[in-house]
Amino acid sequence: MEFFTTIVQILDSTVRLSVPLLLACLAGLYSERSGIFDIGLEGKMLAGAFAAGAAAAVMGSAWAGLAMAVLISVGLALVHGFASITHRGNQIVSGVAINFIAAGSTIILGQAWFSQGGRTPSLSAEGRFGAVNLPFADAVADVPIVGPIYSELLSGHSLLVYFAFAMVPFTWWVLFRTRFGLRLRAVGENPAAVDTAGISVTWLRYRAVICTGILCGFAGAYLALAMNAGFVKDMTAGRGFIALAALIFAKWRPVPAMMACLLFGFLDAAAIRLGGSPLPLVGRVPVQFFQALPYVLTVVLLAGFIGKAIPPRAGGQPYVKER
Amino acid sequence: MSAPYAKLPGWADYGLIPVINLLVAFLVAGLVVMLVGENPLRAAGILVEGAFGRGQSIAYTLYYATSFIFTGLAVAVAFHCGLFNIGGEGQAYIGGIGVAIVCLSLDGVFPWWINFPLAILGAGAVGAFWAFIPGILQAKRGSHIVITTIMFNFIAASVMVYLLVDVIKPAGSMAPQTRTFLEGGQLPKLNWLIEMFGLPIRSSPFNITFLLALVCAWLVWLLIWRTKLGYEIRTQGHSPKAARYAGIGEARIIVITMIISGALAGMMALNPIMGDQHRVQLDFVTGAGFVGIAVALMGRSHPVGIIPAAILFGALYQGGAELSFEIPTISRDMIVIIQGLVILFAGALEHMFRPQIQTLFATLRPRSAGVEATSGEGA
Repeated sequence: MEFFTTIVQILDSTVRLSVPLLLACLAGLYSERSGIFDIGLEGKMLAGAFAAGAAAAVMGSAWAGLAMAVLISVGLALVHGFASITHRGNQIVSGVAINFIAAGSTIILGQAWFSQGGRTPSLSAEGRFGAVNLPFADAVADVPIVGPIYSELLSGHSLLVYFAFAMVPFTWWVLFRTRFGLRLRAVGENPAAVDTAGISVTWLRYRAVICTGILCGFAGAYLALAMNAGFVKDMTAGRGFIALAALIFAKWRPVPAMMACLLFGFLDAAAIRLGGSPLPLVGRVPVQFFQALPYVLTVVLLAGFIGKAIPPRAGGQPYVKER
Repeated sequence: MSAPYAKLPGWADYGLIPVINLLVAFLVAGLVVMLVGENPLRAAGILVEGAFGRGQSIAYTLYYATSFIFTGLAVAVAFHCGLFNIGGEGQAYIGGIGVAIVCLSLDGVFPWWINFPLAILGAGAVGAFWAFIPGILQAKRGSHIVITTIMFNFIAASVMVYLLVDVIKPAGSMAPQTRTFLEGGQLPKLNWLIEMFGLPIRSSPFNITFLLALVCAWLVWLLIWRTKLGYEIRTQGHSPKAARYAGIGEARIIVITMIISGALAGMMALNPIMGDQHRVQLDFVTGAGFVGIAVALMGRSHPVGIIPAAILFGALYQGGAELSFEIPTISRDMIVIIQGLVILFAGALEHMFRPQIQTLFATLRPRSAGVEATSGEGA
């Protein structure tokens, strides 16, 4: 029974830890499916987290924090769009630039405005997205097996957690069942064809980039307003890159993206839980092994040893309209 | 018009546009300083004074610049082949192992002038190995080099933490670092070079790795513009199709370029480890690998541009440290913003002002503006 409780606890923290990955991963999905590579997920998420923490602290409302996170993140996404769509710049370079600008300015502005060493003030309950208890969660908690799963694993998360998981079927629906989604996928594979059909490649890609910005804002807000009580410097800690890895792992599809994020979240949760204590059969495994595992797995996948990850064909190439 | 942008005279292309981009980057950085509530001009004054005001500060500036020359060259060499090596940070970090192996085993045996070349080989070899894997995966399996090198940065960080905490930390010590190297693992300082100009120095980390960096810059120039291999690298970068028609082995060139790039990044480890701290510490690279991207973009991937760009960033690092003493609200992270802005304006948005400049040239001197002028005459 104790073993079962431990499993439920690990899975519970898996869910919590995979949510920022999932939001950022779905964010990247929109952009990359439209042919705009985005390695600036990390930066947008970080800037979003800072904006969320700062706005929620000043205005005392989690919703204001979320709105500000989305606003700032979309702003950075538009900078990326301006560089890589309008000015046909190198998308990778632009993403790197956004990561640095976000990393530096969140610390500088945080220190200047709040003088707490780059943190934003600790948030009270109204400033955060609190836990949402699903109906009957307390009533069924004592039922064996099903009870803990329902009341611990499924219930008691913040609103953003449910939002993130709801975004998976929604993204699938948008991409594969709407006209916008069809065009979005087409512009990532063959922009010239989309252009010939009389649809603006530029506007379509801008819309994709805005979707990315919105979801990165949510990811940042989750970090600052739900997972923690405020912004801490460098709080994304490479999650944007793990999300990127998950996106490749999922071969740019929404449902596998969720699976990949849950897997990477599980690795993180297991590493925290084990904390260097010995495992059966293999003995003590260094924590760093678990930390490096998502990256190693992605490299192995990219090398084509577990299936083949084929990116959208027009990804990374600016579209030059022939005149 | 097949090329998206028309040609400009060389001095405008290599001088004017980068300078304009740089100015815009600094203007935006100035706005951030104003947002913080400080005077950007005063901040800039303190920064320049802090970077070049005394012999001491010049030595520190050049010490930082040494690291950036290595990482800038590493990124630049890969750029010439059309590869974006974001992994300089990880390659330099892992390169520390090469220096550590040589210094920990031989520092009591040989003097520094025997250990230094060995450590160069060690750092270069380990760094090259860390770039070789992404290189060969790109060449043989088609995995995107940008993603693999990012992943390798994180893997390198985990490996180094593991090694420093669990493996090479001396017994009984709490700090995750190697033991301090003996005399044979310590490089001589170059302070006399600055004292020659009558600028006294108390102590500084400025060491002979700087000279190695200059030699490497010259070698990179020689390689890229004066050898057959360099020609092949540039052909591959300019047009992979043309390279294939010319019978240049694509996989071979990619792998060789990444090895050279990784070796240059790995050698950066010599500067802080052997030159200054005399031990391997956690995070000794402190972002120099990423600064290399900005340096290479600003220097237009040419050693002649990279050295001043590296000195500029060295000055920002050193001046930024002084700045955070004088104006506590502006910490060293200001440099990270400037770095990002330089990458944005000199890299991703490098063509932003080109149309305006072309129009300007076309109106001022119709003949020098190439395409614009011929179409004008035809009309």
